Amino acid sequence: MTARLFDRAWLLSDSPQSRTQAAWGRRYRLWRDFRANRPALIGFVTVMALLLCAIFAPLLATHDPVAQNLGQRLQPPSAAHWLGTDELGRDVYSRLLYGARITLGMVLAVVALVAPVGLAIGCIAGYYRGIADVVLMRVTDVFLAFPRLILALAFVAAIKPGMTSAVIAIALTTWPPYARLARAETLTIRDADYIAAVRMAGASPGRIILRHIMPLCLGSLIVRVTLDMSSIIIFAASLGFLGMGAQAPSPEWGTMIATARRFLLDQWWVPLIPGIAILVASLAFNMMGDGLRDALDPKQG
Amino acid sequence: MSTPANSMIVVDDLRVRFADFDAVRGVSFRVPAGGSFGIVGESGSGKSTVMRALAGLNTVWDGYLEVAGRPLGRGPSPDLFRLVQMVFQDPYGSLHPRQTVDRALSEPLLIQGLGDIDRRIRRILDDVALPATARYRYPHQLSGGQRQRVAIARALISEPSVLLLDEPTSALDVSVQAEILNLLADLREEHGLTYLMVSHNLAVVAHLCPTVGVMSNGEMVEILSAEDLRAGRTQSPQTTRLRALSTELG
Repeated sequence: MTARLFDRAWLLSDSPQSRTQAAWGRRYRLWRDFRANRPALIGFVTVMALLLCAIFAPLLATHDPVAQNLGQRLQPPSAAHWLGTDELGRDVYSRLLYGARITLGMVLAVVALVAPVGLAIGCIAGYYRGIADVVLMRVTDVFLAFPRLILALAFVAAIKPGMTSAVIAIALTTWPPYARLARAETLTIRDADYIAAVRMAGASPGRIILRHIMPLCLGSLIVRVTLDMSSIIIFAASLGFLGMGAQAPSPEWGTMIATARRFLLDQWWVPLIPGIAILVASLAFNMMGDGLRDALDPKQG
Repeated sequence: MSTPANSMIVVDDLRVRFADFDAVRGVSFRVPAGGSFGIVGESGSGKSTVMRALAGLNTVWDGYLEVAGRPLGRGPSPDLFRLVQMVFQDPYGSLHPRQTVDRALSEPLLIQGLGDIDRRIRRILDDVALPATARYRYPHQLSGGQRQRVAIARALISEPSVLLLDEPTSALDVSVQAEILNLLADLREEHGLTYLMVSHNLAVVAHLCPTVGVMSNGEMVEILSAEDLRAGRTQSPQTTRLRALSTELG
């Protein structure tokens, strides 16, 4: 079975012999479309590299990310400290690696919270219409009406600043567009003949939504999520910068910029390096999302 | 209401109202078990609305509907699904784009808790003359005629007594149309099905249905035999006009 996943003839067969083969064939075609898109592939490789960096941070780091050495503060990049040191003499390269864990971890946590909730609310509102639709969409509008950063700041300030509350705050302000998107998709699907056909087969509304409508909404949702990842990264970094996200001494990228901003003129590399990390990560997610959008275009069946 | 035992479908004074528009105003007809009844009419005459009410897809109607001696309620009822199935007009829109033929055919069986899925699917594919190689294909890998065969197979796999055909051939090439019509005629005989067919094409309806009802403006203006229709022995002016139109075009 595993060996067959590398057999192009098996994957591209136009008369698959089993459900598994058909499913893998479809995935292979998607991958082929995605791979043909150079920027998307670069984005994908960068994202994978960042994830690997985050996972293997303890192996890749040269120093302890929180070990201070005041004799070595604000050093420029050198052989001992590849990306220099910050205002407390901590190794920036090691902090960047550990920071990837925090930043990417927050992004993944937000997505894991937001995507299923938005999808479920949107599909339910779109499928049932009527009172459920009105209630759910007005709630969505209420959340959409707040400026995102202000709502998140107020929320974090009301609880205690920290990573968990930052994740919840970002999640609270991020889900409404997903619900809107899923609802719009559901509205175009719910009256399709293939949905009428499963209804005539006696399927329950839950089964129709879960097994027939959601899989079709998933494509555009995945695209939207990857495109949103960059803004979530920036959002998380902004909260960190404003002191409402991850707290010192955690090496979150935004927090790193915030604490180093005093040195912007003289030791410019200290705040610049985490800034570049944020830029690279958001750009990579954006390019990957663009490629996914082309590959998952629902019009291509 | 008493009905002769051999009527499979009874429609009595069916009325459907959408917002402030009467789509169907008092339609009545009967279809004997094993028979075929065709409804023709211009678009907007209410013929598809009658069919969707019978299919349980439209729940807002007044009047009396009965299938196989069972009066229909307005909500979806589980036993109706084993009794009545439908083939839709557009084979490109009636199959889920992300589901293989196998999945589309097994879904009704899974929902109704019928076992022996593998054997049933193989048999139904054989019945509608689809090759076994098509079983794990996605809809976009099939031709229009093949898709419509899949749609027919999906309707028949739960072994209904009544098949509702909503313009089943109008989206297909002429040569494929004939194939599908012949297939439907064969299947009716094999499975002892009762057909209710809606079409704007008189020739298609007359080919499959010995009795034809003509609808206009939400009313059934005439019920006549296919022979009378073909020979032009029409009673109502609407039927005459419809027939004249179709002979001009055809």
